[in-house]
Amino acid sequence: MSKDVNYKLKPVQRWRRLAVLGLLGVGSLLVSGRAFHLQVVEREFLTKQGDKRQVRVVTLPGHRAAIRDRRGEPLALSAPVDSIWCVPSALLASPEHVAALAKVLKQTPRELTQFLDERATRQFVYIERGLPPDEARRVLALKAPGVFSTREYRRYYPAGEVAGQVVGFTDVDGRGQEGMEMSHDETLRGIAGSRRVIRDARGRIVEDTDDAVPAQPGADLALSMDLRLQYLAYRELKNSVLAHRAKGGLVVVADARTGELLAVASQPGFNPNNVEDRKPGRMRNRAIVDSFEPGSTVKPLLVAQALEIGALRPNSHIDTGAGWMQVARLTVRDIHALGDADLAMILAKSSNVGAAKIGLQIGAENVWQGFQRFGLGDRVASGFPGESAPLLRPYMQWGQIATATASYGYGLSVNALHLVRAYAALGNDGLMPHLRLTMDQPQQPPQRAVSAETARELRRMLELVAMRGGTAARAAIPGYRVAGKTGTVRKVAATGGYDTDRHQSVFIGMVPAENPRLIGLVMIDEPGAGDYYGGVVAAPVFSTVLQGALRLLQIAPDACSRDCPPAVPPAQLAMPSGVDVAEPRT
Amino acid sequence: MKRLWQRFRLGLLESRPTKGLMLPLVLSLMVIGSALYAIRVKHDNRSLTTEIERARVERERMQMEWSQLQLEEAALSHHARIENTARTQLGMAEPRDYVIVNQSAAGRVP
Repeated sequence: MSKDVNYKLKPVQRWRRLAVLGLLGVGSLLVSGRAFHLQVVEREFLTKQGDKRQVRVVTLPGHRAAIRDRRGEPLALSAPVDSIWCVPSALLASPEHVAALAKVLKQTPRELTQFLDERATRQFVYIERGLPPDEARRVLALKAPGVFSTREYRRYYPAGEVAGQVVGFTDVDGRGQEGMEMSHDETLRGIAGSRRVIRDARGRIVEDTDDAVPAQPGADLALSMDLRLQYLAYRELKNSVLAHRAKGGLVVVADARTGELLAVASQPGFNPNNVEDRKPGRMRNRAIVDSFEPGSTVKPLLVAQALEIGALRPNSHIDTGAGWMQVARLTVRDIHALGDADLAMILAKSSNVGAAKIGLQIGAENVWQGFQRFGLGDRVASGFPGESAPLLRPYMQWGQIATATASYGYGLSVNALHLVRAYAALGNDGLMPHLRLTMDQPQQPPQRAVSAETARELRRMLELVAMRGGTAARAAIPGYRVAGKTGTVRKVAATGGYDTDRHQSVFIGMVPAENPRLIGLVMIDEPGAGDYYGGVVAAPVFSTVLQGALRLLQIAPDACSRDCPPAVPPAQLAMPSGVDVAEPRT
Repeated sequence: MKRLWQRFRLGLLESRPTKGLMLPLVLSLMVIGSALYAIRVKHDNRSLTTEIERARVERERMQMEWSQLQLEEAALSHHARIENTARTQLGMAEPRDYVIVNQSAAGRVP
């Protein structure tokens, strides 16, 4: 085509060509030099700056797991809340927004303005913490300048004070501080994950990078507790403590076969939802943390030991004389003189003289060994933080007096769970189960404490305790046979001796006596309204709680329906006022 | 397709300039096609990311709601509340007079 058009070509002057080429050369040098500078010299800085604007690390919250009872009812749950914070100077710049904000937060505009004025120089001030997400949304909808929210998690305890001492609570940062929240903090706690994302100009996530660390939520914890029984136990305990003007008290209900603790109530209580309620004396779980002298409740263990080593036979008789006896400087007394009595009668009337005679007959080593058999010298290892260790001195240090007093339960100290475990051995035909508070604890095989015959013999004797003429006729449950034992323990005085007017009233028993399924222990600390005998103060609580438990767990009655004692009308049952119910969050 | 391939081969074999243009033409077409496809994939990727992000937010919201509903249920079914309602509002009481019937024992009674 070019052949057809004939241009007149002029030679180009040499300098022009050189000038153009030179300019182009300089230009390209500049461009490549700049490119080199950006790509090689400043590369790192620029990459970082670019990432800073686009790449974000998003944390993925690892939620703290729930604590539930054995039936899945929640005892502790984490729920999201929003905290509203602001930059005071920005907010104060628009007074109409301050007024609107104050209205939503139920404050007067003046208060809020003053609050903000005092903090005007700061860049970050919380206005309201822990708002339910709905309310926080309403606050943010005002679109007030300089007002933001952050997501936080708060722990709620729906059961409130009923299970407060077992479940415990966490601090503001979600770390377990007391109870199961503390001992199982590791497994409950979630581990936060993170992922790097690329955001576009509008803040939307447009790309995931590969290096994401997934969040690991905590593992739910199932307690062996049954909230229905726990509520019943707590209600009855609280009623009784109020009625007897007592200092405190505790109730433990356990499964006799598996050793699972179904209810552990302790008074005075606290509501873990209220921070002001968290006072040391109220948070203490007396059933596990406190030790006390078991008193008469060890007499059946002593008799079991005497039967087991063959020192006594089930039909043996002991002469308790005129209701008192002298052991060195110690005078052992009974409330009523029993004279010549069989073992069942000694237990039914809780004769100290009889117990001391048995103890002295079999000797210190055998008494000590008997208590060891029933685990009174070993820890319970329930897994609850701060569980108290038992105090059982070696028998070599025991003299005549110590042997006699140990026979009726003084001079050693245990916690409530020790007694429950020992009686579970009697209830479970001599096999002593390991007590546990959570469902995930490995089930250890039970230990043999005594032979099945001895355990059955003891249960037969202990049935007399809860019958007319025994110390705890009020522990009876219509339709069921109850085997149990009372204890009325004098408390150690500050001066060293025993106080005559400060007592602990105890009743521990098992139902149904033929083939026990439940072990119940009730202890009322320092009843101050006159009565203090275990059979009068603690036994009625046992009867009500266990009657409810038998019904809830659908355990068949074992007493014949015809010669059953007439059903007693249940006492007026009502939760004492002042029981906090967690507020519904709607 | 077959003819295209033949012409492409011809272009490769023969050194005439018009035929030699075939190879770069085809290659550049493929480059453009690949580039367009890359854009498409990128777009799909973004919309899927948005989708999963939306689903994540939704899941988070539902978890939140679930924990709130559980709390609400637990608060409403608190034993103390139920008991109080039953006794005061509904006037309920435990039966004052009752007999426990053991079914096996009852069966034997003539």
